[in-house]
Amino acid sequence: MNLSRFVFSAVLLLSLGAHGVLGAEETTGSGVETAIMAVSETSEPASIQNLAQLVTKAAEAAGTAQDSANWVWILLAAFLVMFMQPGFAMLEAGLTRSKNAGNIMMKNLMDFSIGSIAYFVIGFGIMFGADKLGLFGSDGFLLSAANTAGKEGMWQYAFWMFQVVFAATAATIVSGAMAERTKFVGYLVYSVCITMFVYPVVGHWIWGGGWLSTLETPMVDFAGSTVVHSVGGWLALCGALVLGPRLGKYGPNGESKAILGHNMPLAALGVFILWFAWFGFNAGSTTEASQSIGLISVTTNLAAAAGAIGAMITVWIKEKKPDPSMSLNGVLAGLVAITAGCANVSPGAAIAIGFIAGILVVFSVEFIDQVLHVDDPVGAISVHGVCGAWGTLAVGLFASKEFGGIAGLFNGGGLALLKSQLLGVVTVFVWCMVLGTLLFLAIKYTIGLRVSKEDELRGLDITEHGVESYGGFQIFTTD
Amino acid sequence: MKLIIAYIQPQRLTQIKEALAKAGICKMSVTNALGCGQQMGYEENYRGVKLSVNLLKKVRLEIAVTEEYLKKTVDIILEAANTGSIGDGKIFVLELAECYRIRTREKGKVAIG
Repeated sequence: MNLSRFVFSAVLLLSLGAHGVLGAEETTGSGVETAIMAVSETSEPASIQNLAQLVTKAAEAAGTAQDSANWVWILLAAFLVMFMQPGFAMLEAGLTRSKNAGNIMMKNLMDFSIGSIAYFVIGFGIMFGADKLGLFGSDGFLLSAANTAGKEGMWQYAFWMFQVVFAATAATIVSGAMAERTKFVGYLVYSVCITMFVYPVVGHWIWGGGWLSTLETPMVDFAGSTVVHSVGGWLALCGALVLGPRLGKYGPNGESKAILGHNMPLAALGVFILWFAWFGFNAGSTTEASQSIGLISVTTNLAAAAGAIGAMITVWIKEKKPDPSMSLNGVLAGLVAITAGCANVSPGAAIAIGFIAGILVVFSVEFIDQVLHVDDPVGAISVHGVCGAWGTLAVGLFASKEFGGIAGLFNGGGLALLKSQLLGVVTVFVWCMVLGTLLFLAIKYTIGLRVSKEDELRGLDITEHGVESYGGFQIFTTD
Repeated sequence: MKLIIAYIQPQRLTQIKEALAKAGICKMSVTNALGCGQQMGYEENYRGVKLSVNLLKKVRLEIAVTEEYLKKTVDIILEAANTGSIGDGKIFVLELAECYRIRTREKGKVAIG
C-alpha cells in the first residue's frame, strides 16, 4: 500500500516535471505571449509595468520548476543506480556455488556500506574538489561544500548522493571476479581503498575538471564506461591475478574446467535488475532534467538488447548452444559499452556498439579463461574492463554532431576525438593495473587475501561467516 | 518377503506410481540417486567450457512385498519404466529377513501389508 503510494507520487512528480518543466522554455514563452496579449487587449497604458512584473515572475517560476525537476530527477536516478547493488549481488550469487552465497551477499552489502562512508570522508573531495595539477581534487572532504543555507549548498547533497552510488558500483564490480576464494577482511580493506582513492582520482581526471577533461578535444565518457566500469574491470583483473584461480578450476595440463553456478534464475534476475537500474545510470548522468534523457534511454536500451543478441548468436555458433549465462553477460556488455556514448550517438550506432560488445564479451571470456588462465567466475573483467574500453573508443568512432555536438571518425570528425578516447583508455588502464596490483599484493602480504585450501573447499559461508545460506533447503525432483 | 530396489529414469516415476496404485500396491519409498551405467553420461557446456557429466540423475524406488505380490510388482515396474532406450535402469530383488511396523510392533507379513 505504502509502496504503491510512493511509486504513484514519484510517477506524478516525474510527469509534472516532464510536462511543466522539461518544456519550460516553450511554455513560459507562450505563457508570456498570452499574458502580453491579454494585457494589451484589455488594459490601459499603465499596465506596461504590470507586464514587466509578469514576465519576471514567469521566468522565476520556470526557474524554480526547473530546479525542482533537477532535484527530483538526479535523486530518482541515484535511487535507481543504488538498485544496481542487488543486481550485482544476485548475478554474482547465481553464477557461483551455493556454499559461498552468503559470503557474496556480505561482500556486496559491505562494499556499499563501507564505500559510502569512505566516499563521504575522502573520495568525493578527491573527485570533485578544487583541482590540483589536473590530477586530483583537494577540498570538499566530509561533504564540506554542502549546506542548507542556499541552492548551491543544497545541490551538493543531491549531487553527492548521485555520485556515491557510482563509486559503489565501481567497487562492487570487483567482487564477482574474486568470488569464492577471497578472505573477507581483505575484501573490506580493498573496498575502502577503491572508493577513497583509486576510483575518485580517475573520476577527477574525466568528470571533476582534471587533465582528460581539459584536453584540446576533451575525452567523452558521458556516464562512465571508463570512469566506473573499466576501473572496476581492471581492478577485478588485478584481484583475480593476485588471488589465483579457484581450486579445481584448471587441470594439471592447464585445461579449463567448468565450475557451474548454482542458480541461473537468480543470475538472470540480477541482470534484469541491472538493465532496469542502468536507465538511472545513463539518463541520470545528465544530472539535470533535460530533454536528452529520452534519447539516452533509447540508446541504452537498444545497446543492451543488441548486446544480448550479439552474445547469444556468437556463443550459439561457437559452442552449438545459446548459453544462458553468456547471453546474460551480453546484456551487460552492451550496457557497459553504450555508457560512454549514450548521449552522443544515434540509436543505430547504439545497436552497432552493443552488438559488437556482445560478440566481444564471448571471445573475451573464453580468452581470459582458457588462454590467460585468469579465473573470473562471473566474467567481470570482460564485461566491465574490455567492453568498457570498447565503448569508450566507440565514442571516437560513432559520435555524431547531431546528438551530442561532437563528431567521431565515422561522422566526419577525424581522429581527434578517437585519440583522446584512446589516451583515456590507456592511462586509466595503466593507473588501475599499477595501483590495483600494489594494493592487492599489499593486502596479500599483510592481512592475507585468500582463504586456506580447507576453507575454500568447505565454502566461505561456514568458514568466514559461520552460517549456511541454504540451511534446510534441498531440491527434490520426482519428474 | 522380498525387497525390490529399482533404479529408474526420473521422468517415469509418475507412470510407475500410477500403475502400481492401480494394482493395489501403494507402499513405497522414493529417493533421488546419482548413477552411471551403459548410458555413459553426456556433455554440458558452461561459459564456453565443456563439462562431461558421468553420473546421471536417477530415482531409487524401494518396495517391500510378500511373495504373492512379487511378480506382479516387478512386472508393473518392468512395463511402466520401459522406454526402450539405454538408461532405463535396473531392478534388484533381495531377500528380506524381517519387517517391523513401528507404531504397532507387528512383524512379518502383517507389517508389510
